[in-house]
Amino acid sequence: MELSEEILNRVEKKNLFAVGHRACGGCGQALAARLVADAAGENTIACVATGCLEIFSSPYPDPSWRIPFLHSLFENVSAVASGVEAAYKVMKKGPVNIIAMGGDGSTADIGFQSISGMFERGHQVLYICYDNEAYMNTGVQRSSFTPYGAKTTTTPMGNKTRKKNLPFIAADHGVPYVATATVDDYRDLQRKVKKALTIEGPKYLHILVPCPLGWGHAGDLTIQICRLAKDTGLFPVFEIINGKITNVVKVPIKKPVEEYLKLQGRFRHLFKKGVPTEVVAEIQTIANQNIERFNI
Amino acid sequence: MLKYLEGSHAVSQVVAMCRPQVISAYPITPQTHIVEDLARLVSEGRLDAEFINVESEFSAASVILGASAAGARAYTTTTSQGLLLMTEVLYCIAGMRLPIVLTCTNRAISAPLNIWNDQQDSMTVRDAGWIQVYAEDNQEAADLHIQAFKIAEQTNLPVMVCMDGFILTHAFEPVDIPEPQEVDAFLPAFKPQHIVDPRWPRALGLYADPRFYMETRYILHRALEKSEDVIKQVSADFSRAFGRPSGGLIRTYKLENADLVIVTMGSVAGTVKDLIDALEEEGKQVGLLQIGSFRPFPKQAIYRALKDKMNIVVLEKAVSLGRGGILASDVRWSFPRGERKGRVISSFIAGLGGRNISTDSLREMVERVCLEPVELDFLGLNKEIIAERDL
Repeated sequence: MELSEEILNRVEKKNLFAVGHRACGGCGQALAARLVADAAGENTIACVATGCLEIFSSPYPDPSWRIPFLHSLFENVSAVASGVEAAYKVMKKGPVNIIAMGGDGSTADIGFQSISGMFERGHQVLYICYDNEAYMNTGVQRSSFTPYGAKTTTTPMGNKTRKKNLPFIAADHGVPYVATATVDDYRDLQRKVKKALTIEGPKYLHILVPCPLGWGHAGDLTIQICRLAKDTGLFPVFEIINGKITNVVKVPIKKPVEEYLKLQGRFRHLFKKGVPTEVVAEIQTIANQNIERFNI
Repeated sequence: MLKYLEGSHAVSQVVAMCRPQVISAYPITPQTHIVEDLARLVSEGRLDAEFINVESEFSAASVILGASAAGARAYTTTTSQGLLLMTEVLYCIAGMRLPIVLTCTNRAISAPLNIWNDQQDSMTVRDAGWIQVYAEDNQEAADLHIQAFKIAEQTNLPVMVCMDGFILTHAFEPVDIPEPQEVDAFLPAFKPQHIVDPRWPRALGLYADPRFYMETRYILHRALEKSEDVIKQVSADFSRAFGRPSGGLIRTYKLENADLVIVTMGSVAGTVKDLIDALEEEGKQVGLLQIGSFRPFPKQAIYRALKDKMNIVVLEKAVSLGRGGILASDVRWSFPRGERKGRVISSFIAGLGGRNISTDSLREMVERVCLEPVELDFLGLNKEIIAERDL
């Protein structure tokens, strides 16, 4: 179908994260980045860590960003954003929204020290972690956000550990606003970005972003998989405001984890001829613990 | 005004007059006195800057990268392991053409752990794309910082001012500290060129595929080479404004009639000058060529100065393990191919990990190279504590 010039212009004007980037079809991170940029608005500086998002959105000379974009390394985006904030403060420029963003590896593993420093010093920065639960940019290797049981190229028999719980680690730093979100509920995601940007000090927003390539699902299942992640209790959506868990997204009718797992190649080894192994039962236990803990 | 103070404080006072807007640092010996003093000046409201206490040198370098990209004049200082921890960021700062100034209070590298002076740290990161200048004494260490901000901002290249740890940082000597208005007149306010600003959205730090990457590295290499002119000009302007020579690419001492030339950099040049004076009284003509700028490496200036000198000895406080002298190698390659024949360029590694370089040990070096060329030797080695099998 040919799109008219007028429609194209309208699309172009609308999105601060422009079309034409090089993400895979169905990429949850690309969708999330666009929702974040549009929610934050033009008066925003995006500091981006090395990773999928940076690679598919910033090849010279075709960046996709219509807001200022700053990238340097994999593990330092929190410190870079801290420096941008300090500069704006001392030069008495702004106010401006400063958003640091990275994947799960650059947030929870190699950039963990840096993000801890940014939280602890109390910079006026919103940190967004796009969690696709492994090192996707380098070919699906395990990170500390890889869930229990998931197969990656460095956990070929399935991951034996549970996800690092960064939202709570952030909250325990005294971060006044912590939230989780998924890309299926874009209203909730954008509301959280806007809300976070009104709050003084550091903020942490953890967004689950399915990766069709790494998770082994069809590109058109991204939204459905997000819903199942919530409906099974495996990915609780909530806010932590000044240390208190609040606004938990309730799931009136819970789904068994099998429904979530069966759609994804990374969990296929957990089913022998369609019959779930005991690992599935353990994953169900994790979901049940979440349901109880968050009163989902 | 002449003040009797510690080298670190001479530097911190002068850095404060350069009005950095964001300072970020992580404590490491022997850099600490500089940052402590700057933190005090900021907290007392005498320096309008943000002082960011970070959790590592890696973050210190990253914070000033961000600050500089946002348009602030930014400064940090470190040494040794801290500088090595920063390495990845150092390359990035240069590649992004951010005019940051860093003081390296030169110190040895682990292992074994050693907090004392040599220049292995800064010389190890010589290929990062930073301008590197080396101070002889505390006066020059102070003066070089004023020049460094100006050079950085004129070239869009980061500048590392190297001063020997303890030997300079912790030594008290009289230093002429300029008045703030003199520094303001010499160093105009920072006018950043490439910054992240929502009023004019642009991207900094894009990745470059094989079609573009090599050109960016070539341009950076050329920028370093071309910065020689700026380093010379800023040094000349400084001398005019402050009435004392300081900085520049190279400096010489009693070179003209010298039969033997010692090439070195940093504080040991003072000891070398003492020796040269003593030898002169004994009727021996020895001269000094002191490297002010190690990167860019002023090979043409060195060649011009040493064209007629057939006996040269390079003295340095670092070693490329498995290869030998780093500075020696650079000096050897400063002579065009046909010009190396018949010329003796000896190489001595000295003062590693704070081993004292005395005029006596230097005299031994001079006596040896007057007898025979020395491809490579370590000055002042105590062979009694080295096992036979390790020799």
